[in-house]
Amino acid sequence: MSARIEEPTTPPETPALRDEDRSLIEALRETLGGETLPVQPCADEIATVWVPANAAREALRFLKHRSRPRFPMLYDLTAIDERSRSRRDGQPEADFTVLYHLMALEPLREIRIKVALKGDAPTVPTITGLWPTASWYEREVWDLFGIRFDGHPNLRRLIMPPTWEGHPLRKDHPARATEMGRYSLSEQRHIDEEEALRFKPEDWGMERQSDESDFMFLNIGPQHPGTHGVIRLVLQLDGEEIIDVVPEIGFHHRGAEKMGERQSWHTYIPYTDRVDYLSGVVNNLPYLLAVEKLAGIEVPDRAKIIRVMLCELFRISNHLVWYGTYAQDVGQMSPVFYMFNDRERLLGIIEAICGARMHPNWFRIGGVAADLPDGWDRLVRDFLDYFPPKLREYDGMVMGNGILKARTRGIGAFNTEEAVEWGVTGPALRATGLAWDLRKERPYGGYDQFEFDVPVAHKGDCYDRAVVRVEEMRQSLRIIRQCLENMPSGPYKADHSLTTPPIKDRTMLDIETLITHFLNVSWGPVIPAGEATGCVEGTKGLYSYHVISEKSTIPYRVRIRSSSFPHMQIIPFISRGHTVPDLLAIIGATDFVLADVDR
Amino acid sequence: MNPVLHSFLVIQGVLIGLMTLAGVLVWIERRLLAFFQDRLGPNRCGPFGFLIFVADGIKMVTKEDWIPPGADKPVFVLAPAIIVITALLGFAIIPVAPGILILDLNIGILFFLGVSSMGIYSTVLGGWASNNKYSLLGGLRMSAQMFSYEVFMGLALMGVVILSGSLNLREIVESQTGLWYVVPQFLGFLIFLFAGLAETHRLPFDMPEAESELVAGFHTEYSSMKFGMFFVGEYVGVTLISALIVTLFFGGWQGPVLPPIVWFLLKTMAFLLFFVLLRAAIPRPRFDQLLAWGWKYILPLALLNLVITGAVVLAQAN
Repeated sequence: MSARIEEPTTPPETPALRDEDRSLIEALRETLGGETLPVQPCADEIATVWVPANAAREALRFLKHRSRPRFPMLYDLTAIDERSRSRRDGQPEADFTVLYHLMALEPLREIRIKVALKGDAPTVPTITGLWPTASWYEREVWDLFGIRFDGHPNLRRLIMPPTWEGHPLRKDHPARATEMGRYSLSEQRHIDEEEALRFKPEDWGMERQSDESDFMFLNIGPQHPGTHGVIRLVLQLDGEEIIDVVPEIGFHHRGAEKMGERQSWHTYIPYTDRVDYLSGVVNNLPYLLAVEKLAGIEVPDRAKIIRVMLCELFRISNHLVWYGTYAQDVGQMSPVFYMFNDRERLLGIIEAICGARMHPNWFRIGGVAADLPDGWDRLVRDFLDYFPPKLREYDGMVMGNGILKARTRGIGAFNTEEAVEWGVTGPALRATGLAWDLRKERPYGGYDQFEFDVPVAHKGDCYDRAVVRVEEMRQSLRIIRQCLENMPSGPYKADHSLTTPPIKDRTMLDIETLITHFLNVSWGPVIPAGEATGCVEGTKGLYSYHVISEKSTIPYRVRIRSSSFPHMQIIPFISRGHTVPDLLAIIGATDFVLADVDR
Repeated sequence: MNPVLHSFLVIQGVLIGLMTLAGVLVWIERRLLAFFQDRLGPNRCGPFGFLIFVADGIKMVTKEDWIPPGADKPVFVLAPAIIVITALLGFAIIPVAPGILILDLNIGILFFLGVSSMGIYSTVLGGWASNNKYSLLGGLRMSAQMFSYEVFMGLALMGVVILSGSLNLREIVESQTGLWYVVPQFLGFLIFLFAGLAETHRLPFDMPEAESELVAGFHTEYSSMKFGMFFVGEYVGVTLISALIVTLFFGGWQGPVLPPIVWFLLKTMAFLLFFVLLRAAIPRPRFDQLLAWGWKYILPLALLNLVITGAVVLAQAN
């Protein structure tokens, strides 16, 4: 169902192109031979430039190596099926669009490059030679959109099973099982599906033996106690030494992006909760930041601070789960129980505030679902007093433990350049010595009002990642205490016609408000046309949602850029030459959630 | 009493006592671990959950007994039997109390070392016969681990042998009247403790099982009572190591007021609890780190201990 109505508010002004972006685009134009490059106005401040397909690689190479500033990080690479678009507002003709999102970290600058493609089986040159991290993104786009990347070393399905027919994120691919015909698993099909999953080293250019020894190929997963979920890591082993690793993902894929194209702007929020299922409302925030940018909603102070507080509570909750399982992965049995007990207290507070624990679905377009309950401050204060001594205790138990240090120091290390090259963000990036936190670099949602430090470590190995996360919990406590002591009064929802659910106080008093209320509740809000990215410093790295609105009650496209995806992709790079136990330490220190990898 | 009847009763007593202890140990370990970890543990079956080992046993016996298709069947079946047999055989030489001793062997320590080396075959063969890659890796780790730690275990005991002048465990206990060997042989005790832990492959030295890495290591493919045998073997093995530590370093049955057998049981239990505590507290080192520590630090220390003990005994004799 997609209803279009003319809603009374005027859409927000699209921000004008900044001077620095204008000169950057001018330099890009000169590099590409002087052809005019259409610039697309977006609701966020990120410059979006259309580049011809044959010049895309050149443009990206220029932006990575020679432009000013240089953009060393390929932050995201995705596609858009443009064939059902009703309004393109002067954008170049295209059946499909490939979207490259680049990032410069110091200082933070972003640019989007869009490439228009025609036809049903479009092709674009690969950029795996420029960024190794492009490999998985391109495979994902091939898998879900059927766009070929010329020259990709191993362009095979990444998310969907190898036997899948069609490309699910195309608009003509059904979204519901009922549209797809009856499914039956005959014995033959069962055998074929299993055979398709058999690992063939030759597909990955691997040798079965060297001069000295035969290699063992060992499946870690999809069901394995050390992987924390369904993922398959195929190891090429010489004895216990890892020669190579092939991570196979997609077992946890639930089509969160496709579902975005069927849900109203409001009813999509619960799906975001479940992407990184350990971080709850932290997932709501980037989606809502993007939607609120499109709608031009300014969130009131109280709502902002409530959101910040909840996000930080969830950050601690996420880090506690990571802390315990990290210790467990290196063989320490007990800490996970203590940490889950503490997390239980946190979830109790979250339950008291939101009514649910892991997936509270509590942020709303324009604010939060309800005001804080009476007595919330006592609960939060009790936890703030209770938790710091516990953290000190855990320092001695886990971080100070000699065996744990011996197991994780010098294991799985990468430096800042490599992290940026592979798209690594969050604590793993900060563990390489770069004090880069989006909450400081480009404060969103009220974070500019808070005092906190950005913890860093310097060796970039498993132990340092742990050090950063432990310290982050302390910083989160600081932020929560500031929320507690300075919680502003006022409304918890913006006074805006697109706030959902709408503010109700005048509904029964005048007919206009009643109609707006009725439409916003039954159909859902109609968000002004446009594109925007919302990005937050999530618990595991940068989370962002890129949403496209066609001035309708449902999004045209929702792109979820998760941080676990690149963090998973770097695992082979940092595991080679280590042993099987080291791999488990690396997995433990990565802090990924499979739903976040596969979406 | 008729000597045949006497030894028959002793053998039955030790055997029944041990099997019961192995069962009770399951309960103790699970309750204690739960206590250390802020949880309740098994508390439903019988008073304080005490009968959990009966429930465990019934479950174990009634599970499907399955042998994987590619397995080497005779070896696969033999492996769990070996570990129980050797662990029980080891107890033949333990002097529980004066008069309660199955075999008064004059080469007791040698016998123990031989039998415990045999026990390793169980894990290695089990890992090999399962036709499973995880099991194979577990078995490999076990053989390497044992290859190293058997050496230190033997060396650590030599200090005690020099002091007591005997390989007979009963005589060793009797020679500890007045001063337990843990005092002059503290280093030897530590090394034996370390090697014993590695021998019983329990956390922190459970690399052959290493749940988070190898699923269940060498016994991944085992089910039903075959799996149960590995379990029993492990608990009897831990009890054996504890009993040996008590016998060699803590004066065996000796102690004031209480009867000797109570002293022996109390001391043994103390070490069993210590092993449980250790399991709750410490992470697992990497396999190659364990070997490196063994060869780089423990071997020289064990040799040093031996040389010093020998020198001191010689000096005293002159």
